[in-house]
Amino acid sequence: MVRRALSACLSVALFSVSLLAQPGQDGFVQVTGAPPGEQIPAAPLVISSYAFFLVLLFIYLWTIWRRIGKVEADMRSLERRQSEGGQRR
Amino acid sequence: MMKKIFVPLVVVAAAVFAYAPVAINNVPLESTMLLVQKIFYFHMATWIALTAVIAVCGVASAIYLFKGSPIADWYAVASAELCVIFGVFGLFSGSLWGRKAWGVWWQWDARVTMATMLVLVFLGYLMVRKYGGPGSEKLAAAMGIFGAATAPFVYKSTDWWRTIHPPTSVVRTLGEKFPAAWDVVIYCSVAFLILVVLLLTARVRLEALRAELDRMYLALED
Amino acid sequence: MPGLLKVALLVLRKDIAIEARSREIVYTTLLFAVSCLLIFSFAFVMEEGVPVEGAAAGILWIAVAFSGTLALGRTFERERYGETLRALLLTPGSRAAIYAGKLCGMVLLMLGTEAVLTPMVAVLFHAPFFARPLQLIALLVLGTIGFASVGTLFAAMLVRTKTRDVLLPILLFPVTIPVMIAGVRGTAALLQSPPDEAVATLWIGLLTSFDAVFLVLALWTFEPLMTE
Repeated sequence: MVRRALSACLSVALFSVSLLAQPGQDGFVQVTGAPPGEQIPAAPLVISSYAFFLVLLFIYLWTIWRRIGKVEADMRSLERRQSEGGQRR
Repeated sequence: MMKKIFVPLVVVAAAVFAYAPVAINNVPLESTMLLVQKIFYFHMATWIALTAVIAVCGVASAIYLFKGSPIADWYAVASAELCVIFGVFGLFSGSLWGRKAWGVWWQWDARVTMATMLVLVFLGYLMVRKYGGPGSEKLAAAMGIFGAATAPFVYKSTDWWRTIHPPTSVVRTLGEKFPAAWDVVIYCSVAFLILVVLLLTARVRLEALRAELDRMYLALED
Repeated sequence: MPGLLKVALLVLRKDIAIEARSREIVYTTLLFAVSCLLIFSFAFVMEEGVPVEGAAAGILWIAVAFSGTLALGRTFERERYGETLRALLLTPGSRAAIYAGKLCGMVLLMLGTEAVLTPMVAVLFHAPFFARPLQLIALLVLGTIGFASVGTLFAAMLVRTKTRDVLLPILLFPVTIPVMIAGVRGTAALLQSPPDEAVATLWIGLLTSFDAVFLVLALWTFEPLMTE
């Protein structure tokens, strides 16, 4: 019963979505107007984009490295406690 | 297997990324957008990486929710983090490109809106896991499934609605119209996918270590 | 085993019976929605008492979203407080039936709130909401179903979480962005003079597909999520 309801909903979804397709625009529509003198330089934008990628990547790698370091430190201290406990017995 | 090829893969990835700026620089300028269009190569590659990572998260979340496999949960949380990273970079690079190409830093067109929604959904995923208390892995898995379900809509949004983004046909036919660019798009996408594999492996390793630590705590208590 | 519909209706009747006695959730939700609206009036009405152009549609849907989130939290809080959630989960019906019953209750509550809110927004913001009542009702009903379908699922899964009050909006709002956009744009199209029926119908169609997708996902995931 539930499965039938699910497949009915799914077919309704797909059907209505296919009916509603609007034709998109062809190609890129450029912003017209600003003469070359007033336009923003592109080079800083391109460079900041790639720089941001590198920064993001390194920050993420650093957080992974830091978290792994913490877990491994905990594991080492646990191993020490375990071996000390074992020796005492 | 992964342990053996991890370091060589890192070397390969480093080399590929080191050459990428050279490759991007050598592509001829696109006729309407000129220099700022060069953001496209990483912008496109990051969304390709995001698609891969969202698929991993969606599938892993579903497997975790229905089968309870803890390894699936590791992959789900790792890929959710990557979703946020790649999504944020995609939005940021798009914003910089749009500043010059569209004249505005931000535009609420269908694709930008839905992409932002995706990033927010996976941020919610991470929030739930961090602050949701016990049992939050399942709730997060539900978020992962919802996020993954909306991804196809993000891709198709430029075809179904009139948006300021070009429709999907533009990139699909790039091979015929602008082959030099198409080669670099493939190159950067492959680079990003290698990066996805590496980052996913590293992040899953963290989860595996955490699980091992939990097991050690439990063994100590016995 | 009783059928899905029968169990769902039983759950709905139970909720209505409990609510009819104290009417707590209905009154508090309505009053919260009205206070939201008043804040928007002060924020968006310019000098000389003329409201900002074109804000009415957005304000209506924001008030609906906020009061809906509140109501969702309150409904499941009551289940948790009375510890009836476990009893519900032990019923011989399928979990999906419980979800369906809760969803119906939620939709009825939100529709009641909208019935009060819409005339108020129409009056406060000088917006011709009743030019095309049928399309407006379709938009509100479909938007409410979409919002409530995701909301009921998330509120149910968060019921035992300590930070549920703040996590519910954090999780719910991004996922229901498509529903909100469709609702606002459709309503805005209806508020133009003359009302743009083609655009409104387009958004009604889109809302239908969003609702179907969300209902499918919610029904599919409710079972494994509510095993606690």
